[in-house]
Amino acid sequence: MTRRVAVTGIGAISAFGPTYAELWAGLAAGKSAIRPLTLVAPGTLRFPNAAEVPDYDPLRYFEEKEAQMLDRFAQFAAVAAREAIQASGIEFSPELGERTAIVLGCSGGGKSTEDDGFHHLYGLKEPRVSPLTIARAMSNAGASRVSLEYGITGPVFTVSTACSSANHSIGQAFRMVRSGEVEVAIAGGSEAPLSMGFLKAWEAMRVVSPDTCRPFSRDRRGLILGEGAAVLVLEPFERALARGAKILGEIAGFGMSSDAHHITQPSALGAARAMRAALMDAELPPESIGYVNAHGTGTLANDITETEAIKSVFGAHAQKLLVSSTKSMHGHALGAAGAIEAAATLGALQCGLIPPTVNFTVADPACDLDVVPNTPRPAQIECAISNSFAFGGLNAVLVFRRSA
Amino acid sequence: MSEELISRVTGVIAKTQKIPPETVTIDKSFEELKIDSLDGINILFALEGEFDLDIPDDAARGIRTVREMVEGIEKLLAAKAEAAKAKA
Repeated sequence: MTRRVAVTGIGAISAFGPTYAELWAGLAAGKSAIRPLTLVAPGTLRFPNAAEVPDYDPLRYFEEKEAQMLDRFAQFAAVAAREAIQASGIEFSPELGERTAIVLGCSGGGKSTEDDGFHHLYGLKEPRVSPLTIARAMSNAGASRVSLEYGITGPVFTVSTACSSANHSIGQAFRMVRSGEVEVAIAGGSEAPLSMGFLKAWEAMRVVSPDTCRPFSRDRRGLILGEGAAVLVLEPFERALARGAKILGEIAGFGMSSDAHHITQPSALGAARAMRAALMDAELPPESIGYVNAHGTGTLANDITETEAIKSVFGAHAQKLLVSSTKSMHGHALGAAGAIEAAATLGALQCGLIPPTVNFTVADPACDLDVVPNTPRPAQIECAISNSFAFGGLNAVLVFRRSA
Repeated sequence: MSEELISRVTGVIAKTQKIPPETVTIDKSFEELKIDSLDGINILFALEGEFDLDIPDDAARGIRTVREMVEGIEKLLAAKAEAAKAKA
């Protein structure tokens, strides 16, 4: 059985605010949500900026007792899932819950929970840590929380492949719906990496920009870390039509590859193989793609390698592609990145408007594609891909189609 | 460039790369020593510890040889001494 897979709900919490509408409005206006970090004391890091969820108050979404059980990343997962499920209009009966999957990506798990516990241990020299540490910090805490809230008893799991976590998750969910293994899937990713210990680790890697994120620009100086979550509701196209659901787009294919090249340096060959695999899975020729939501981290290495990979897959058609990095606006949310970018790509197809690569200053001859610099571009696009390439050399690419 | 400075820098590189100290000479390039970008970051981290320095990203970018690394450290140490003098 091979079924078409529709997206019938999108939810997101990001640096633009706690809803998908706010995320899309920000991206469609070409605004950057990169601002000074408030979660750690100023002056403690080489980079002062991040894409933080603004004014987040857990008690707007959870009872105090519940909030205490959930790390920030798991809360984000639940907030985005609630919005997506509500938008889809699906009510989960016990029978449907059993035929529903949840696959949520997360790279680091409950980093601030771990950080806080270890501060008590090593900093304050206390002999013990909170008994909630494990339950809060496990990377599947977000997926588990959503399953508890909605009584979803089918396949529920988390994929952790660094920056590709969400694309790998959505890809697995897509295949389960396509094959008929499940009737509905809730898929995406969440991440809350902005705690001191983890930020210090990023600082030491020297890949974070001291000012802002300028993907494909010659003067780019690195990525900007972000946080948040995005969640999609997936179901068979026919099922969505039959129940009169609003179809927000389709997932048409998914491809993945491993570089087997270097633990942190990207490889154009590996990235290209994932894009080709995704197009083949979607049974689409390269010429049918109009938009690429790039991995586009704004690091020196990624942007050159990704440009090279896109050219090798698309040939002469690469010059006709619109390629943008929305990370220039919502930051790099690691295990949530692919999910936020899937939401961005679906918005682009649905609204006929390509979100730009903002903060763009000077063209780089090594990144000579149309990167939609600074200004949103109206364009009716039929099909798009969204790239995620992770440290560890793990690549995952999704293909999206506009709903007719 | 003092001999002492050269030997401290090359010593840190050798220790971080787990290679014999005598292989790290002033005229070697990172490529010859098989130092990739991640190794480079690890060496910068160790040098910061060795010399009690803060090595900014911009100062570190573009360093490709042992000589450039020693020169870079020398410059940062001079700036640090200057700053300490100004404070005193």
